[in-house]
Amino acid sequence: MQIIEAAKQYDAIIVGSGAGGGMSAFTLANAGMKIAVVEAGPYFDPKDPTTMTQMKWPWESPRRGASTNRAFGDFDMSWGDWEVDGEPYTKEEGTDFLWWRARMLGGRTNHWGRISLRFGPKDFKHKDVDGLGENWPISYDEVKPFYDRLDKLVGVFGTNEGLSNDPDGFFLPPPKPRLHELYYMKGAKKSGIPVIPGRLSMLTKRINKERGVCFYCGQCNRSCNAYADFSAGSVFIFPAQKNGQVDLYTNCMVKSVTTDSEGLATGVSYINKEDNREYEMKSKIVVLGASACSSARILLNSKSSQHPNGLGNSSDHVGRYLHDSTGAGLGAFVPALMDRKIYNEDGTGGMHVYSPWWGDNSKLDFPRGYHIEVWGGMGMPSYGFGFNVDAMNKYIGGDVGGYGTKLRDDVKRFFGAYVGMAGRGESIARYENRCSIDPNVVDKYGIPVLKFDYKWSDYERFQAKHMTETFAEVIDNMGGIMMGDLPGKDKDYGLLAPGQIIHEVGTTRMGDDPNTSVTNKWQQLHDAKNVYVVDAGPFTSQADKNCTWTIMALSMRASEHIVEEFKKKNI
Amino acid sequence: MKRRDTLKSLLVGGVAGATLGTSGCKVDEDKVEIELPKGLGYGRTPTEEEHDKSINSEQFYNEHELTTIATLCDIILPPTPTAGSATDAEVPAFIEFISKDLPSHQIPIRGGLMWIDGESNKRFNKRFISCSDTEQTAIVDDIAYPDPDGKKPEMGPGIEFFKRMRNLTLTGYYTTKIGIDDLGYVGNRPNAWDGVPQDVLDKHGMSYPEEWMAKFVDQSKRDVQAEWDELGNLLT
Repeated sequence: MQIIEAAKQYDAIIVGSGAGGGMSAFTLANAGMKIAVVEAGPYFDPKDPTTMTQMKWPWESPRRGASTNRAFGDFDMSWGDWEVDGEPYTKEEGTDFLWWRARMLGGRTNHWGRISLRFGPKDFKHKDVDGLGENWPISYDEVKPFYDRLDKLVGVFGTNEGLSNDPDGFFLPPPKPRLHELYYMKGAKKSGIPVIPGRLSMLTKRINKERGVCFYCGQCNRSCNAYADFSAGSVFIFPAQKNGQVDLYTNCMVKSVTTDSEGLATGVSYINKEDNREYEMKSKIVVLGASACSSARILLNSKSSQHPNGLGNSSDHVGRYLHDSTGAGLGAFVPALMDRKIYNEDGTGGMHVYSPWWGDNSKLDFPRGYHIEVWGGMGMPSYGFGFNVDAMNKYIGGDVGGYGTKLRDDVKRFFGAYVGMAGRGESIARYENRCSIDPNVVDKYGIPVLKFDYKWSDYERFQAKHMTETFAEVIDNMGGIMMGDLPGKDKDYGLLAPGQIIHEVGTTRMGDDPNTSVTNKWQQLHDAKNVYVVDAGPFTSQADKNCTWTIMALSMRASEHIVEEFKKKNI
Repeated sequence: MKRRDTLKSLLVGGVAGATLGTSGCKVDEDKVEIELPKGLGYGRTPTEEEHDKSINSEQFYNEHELTTIATLCDIILPPTPTAGSATDAEVPAFIEFISKDLPSHQIPIRGGLMWIDGESNKRFNKRFISCSDTEQTAIVDDIAYPDPDGKKPEMGPGIEFFKRMRNLTLTGYYTTKIGIDDLGYVGNRPNAWDGVPQDVLDKHGMSYPEEWMAKFVDQSKRDVQAEWDELGNLLT
């Protein structure tokens, strides 16, 4: 097959349009660089009435929002989930990993929870604390100025609490807690667990003229047509396009980075999904923001005589140290929340309060920590609403089963009487946990696919045990009744499978030593100075935080380094 | 009105839009002016649209089955003085759709319908839909409640079937306008959330922490551009 070469040469090609790629496009375009953004999925604008799901009613979906077509339900704004049609991945026998891919402009930022937590000083140097994993080559102080600017540029609500490892920032004012969150606060307080207002990237107040202000529909996962939540398309890509610096290539799936005789990048090779043909595009710089695992896959598939093991992979570290957040949760029925007065408490999407990690690991049987997210309330019904509601009567001495008026009463009496908690914690990055190229399998574009090899250790299992035991205690404190049993050892204490929390990081980790890391502290490949990685791949370690805010702060930092080096003609 | 008389237009699919009931609870919303683009459909991708089309081009349940489903739906949720019945909310059409969309429902429901006709034949020598209300109620009362002590072992399949029908009827009903109005859910509309109403706080013995009050969003200033001092204190 003849490869079609594009006539145009760009200053930079950015692969991926999510949190990392979007931020990079925004930064490079604003600096006057001529760039191409290559996205594997179709165009998406939260404002487009043909695709929007925000403010839809459940009956507008014939399946009432069930998850037949989209893993998080019909109204969730992610095209693609743990499975993407025609784009498989494989797993080493006896291991598990679930890989979420959103094939659309803006990627996963269109549906994510918008929980926007800075990493703290300890998170960048955690090996110094417990001897595990590896320190980042950079410190919190080096990243802080970028977090500060990010807060103001994108907008995040929260409060300055002066906590040592959950740093203050430039916050928009947070919304007041809902009733179930007040119950959680009461229960957590009794166990000595701190609770502070949530930190989420939604505009509770105006930050510019281009974006609207939150109108509290609670549907950020549907992507806000008023641009009042952070999505990479509406916040980065569209503004970046305004000065004509950006050529956007959608439905174009990058296969590999092309290199010259010196081993430097010359551009990318991609498959146009519209005509299924392979194209090449040239640039002085290649920026990978395809997501931690997709960028690793592109690098591993970029083999040449200069890079026989894949681009950037002379150390055999591409794909290694893959790690996701830990996760476990419990739900509760709170009898005091029965027979509620009904009012609109949709609020923002996600939690108005949360608990940052409070524990002292010297007294615990696992390293690192987790934060607690809270859910509950009188939400909009969708598929599954009312299932087994009659069975709740067993907790209050009522009759299980039945029909008619009694059943209608059950539905109303138990509406909004549930509270749940979810822990999201830090796992330890391990050399053995990795993704690599499956030598025998290709996707429908003929591109070799990833094979995952990932196992949890007792560190993560014991952390999950602590989570669920803590939640059980809090539930008890707030007068609630735990739904189901405490998951035991046979169920890894409720620890969810790797990849299920969708915080995968570490596959191109940064470091000063080219033998044990893939990028330097500027997220520049040790092996090819004109290739940068701006997604979560360069994370040396995860924290007990969600990764997106740090992806963006670091992408801003790396992208400004690109601009400087480009202007100095170093790349 | 006899139950059977309410069974009409069962085979018609589509959106349950008619409002019969009215919400028992109205709250004052803070006026928030938002211009929403008028959405088309429910925002499907071309592949998803195809999936729906292919589902709608097939019919899974036959007329007898659908009539039986409708009868059961209306036993589970009959009309009230303020709210329509399950068939008013077109729950049978939902069950037809969801059985094709989630095929794991197919055998349990089809088999359950056969079971209930079998039970009805045994007791009354006619199929379930031909029974009188009293006869139908006699069967339903034997399967609408769990049997933890195994006193009615022969009712096991019926109990499981009824549980599934109850679940799908509830979900199918409370996800329509009729059901949401009956429930009283008042969200999914622009507003400016300003906390739990005071009477609710009082009833639950809750209050907002004093030290937090100054930090919360002041909704009267939501449209005022945010500015901070160099320490991160919000000035506006």
